[in-house]
Amino acid sequence: MPKVIYVSHDGGQLEVDVPVGTTVMAAALKNGIDGIVAECGGVCMCSTCHVFVNEGFFSRLPPATDTEEAVLEIAAIERQPNSRLSCQIKVTEDLEGLIVRMPEKQR
Amino acid sequence: MTSAGTVIIGTGLAGFQTAASLRAEGYQESITLIGEESHIPYQRPPLSKGFPLGTQDRESIELRPQKFYQDHKINLLTGERVVAIEPAEHQVCLASGGRIPYDKLVLAVGASNRLLPIPGADLDGVLYLRSLDEAIALKERLARARNVAVIGGGFVGLELAAVASSLGKSVTVVEALPRLMSRVVAPVISEYFGELHASKSVKILCGASVAGIASANGKVSSVILSDGTKHDADLVLVGIGVVPNAALAREAGLSVSNGIAVNEHLQTRDDHIFAIGDCAEHPCTFAHARLRLESVQNAADQAQCVAATIAGKKESYRALPWFWTDQFDIKLQMAGISHGHDRIVTRGNRETGRLSVFYFKENRLIAVDSINRPLDHMLGRKLIAAGAAVTPEQAADETFDLKTLAQKPKST
Repeated sequence: MPKVIYVSHDGGQLEVDVPVGTTVMAAALKNGIDGIVAECGGVCMCSTCHVFVNEGFFSRLPPATDTEEAVLEIAAIERQPNSRLSCQIKVTEDLEGLIVRMPEKQR
Repeated sequence: MTSAGTVIIGTGLAGFQTAASLRAEGYQESITLIGEESHIPYQRPPLSKGFPLGTQDRESIELRPQKFYQDHKINLLTGERVVAIEPAEHQVCLASGGRIPYDKLVLAVGASNRLLPIPGADLDGVLYLRSLDEAIALKERLARARNVAVIGGGFVGLELAAVASSLGKSVTVVEALPRLMSRVVAPVISEYFGELHASKSVKILCGASVAGIASANGKVSSVILSDGTKHDADLVLVGIGVVPNAALAREAGLSVSNGIAVNEHLQTRDDHIFAIGDCAEHPCTFAHARLRLESVQNAADQAQCVAATIAGKKESYRALPWFWTDQFDIKLQMAGISHGHDRIVTRGNRETGRLSVFYFKENRLIAVDSINRPLDHMLGRKLIAAGAAVTPEQAADETFDLKTLAQKPKST
């Protein structure tokens, strides 16, 4: 099972084994990671699962849809070039060791 | 830690989010979250979408795993009903006999399905949808059904019609008003979705009222319209709206109109008691009216507002309403409250399948509905929330970049 590393705003890290096909958002909720809120439940409506993806991995992700790009525009912490919505990142074997950093706030 | 803490009645999103936000705000007192359902808090939107379709299961719709409540010292009482509030004693009475004291009480008690007042409405095979238990029953019945009649052409009815059709059922939607979703969207949006459903062989009957439901051997066999026509149905799904659960509040002497009445701080007339989410009628700064809204946004943002107030940072509620519905592979995104608009312009067009409707009132942008134009939706949220000066001409002109009017990033 691929490992995903969640880094909180204050630098705390948590490693989670995530089944392939599960989203980075869903795995965060299941593992009690408070930096992800996921208010809309993962349907690309609310931006509260915003993460910054570590450089080496960003380019390996399928590109964001227009809907995701639009939602990133309303993120509580301004989006960066490596911003994604964690509800749109499905974990694959290729993403072993994925590092995502969570913003200071989601709302 | 000296007070009796906060008691929250209702384990929907509003109740859950109040508890979660209180802890996020650093609230140290006790929190008790009480719900009638036997399940831990879950998301309701998938119940008419991914859950009956089979793309989401029970576990995937839980708002948080069971462990979350222990980790955050939230005393979660499921399968428990509050039978009375005693405001003078600052306590609630449980059906199981106990009493729980509170310093602050949050009513997040939701709403109940409006029932169909016609003969045959109580037959086996007539189903409503609100709770997970109802969704489980609906999913099971849907798997066995052939002809499905959906009563009500609003969001829930149309989402269920789309699910049933996607599962290969023959589907008929009966809507009493002249067009689909007519209370909330412009005619062009109704037409778009009418065509979408028709293209998937869903039969849409608008301006049609149901006179009765006929049975054979104790089971539903058809829906009879007031013009006498009969439509075969072995399953009838009813989605004709909800009524707020206001009885507890009324019996406690709180003010109730179209929902439990609250002020801009979401406080009832007892300032120790708040009401939020589907059950509450609040002053909406955007609509300049008192509204009761049924949505994820409203539940979550009102919960956040009340949590901040209880935690000592008194807030007024002024979040912009937004909504969505998923039907087949199309998402309709709605920002603002369009009620009372006096002018509509469209951006994009139906032919391309990419369309937004901008609603104006006295030259002010009040709402935007978008299909396949997600940036219009998000910019619409920013523009309406900021009260930005956008003209109908700018909104209708696809070459005009609306982003230039919404430069300041703002979370809504």
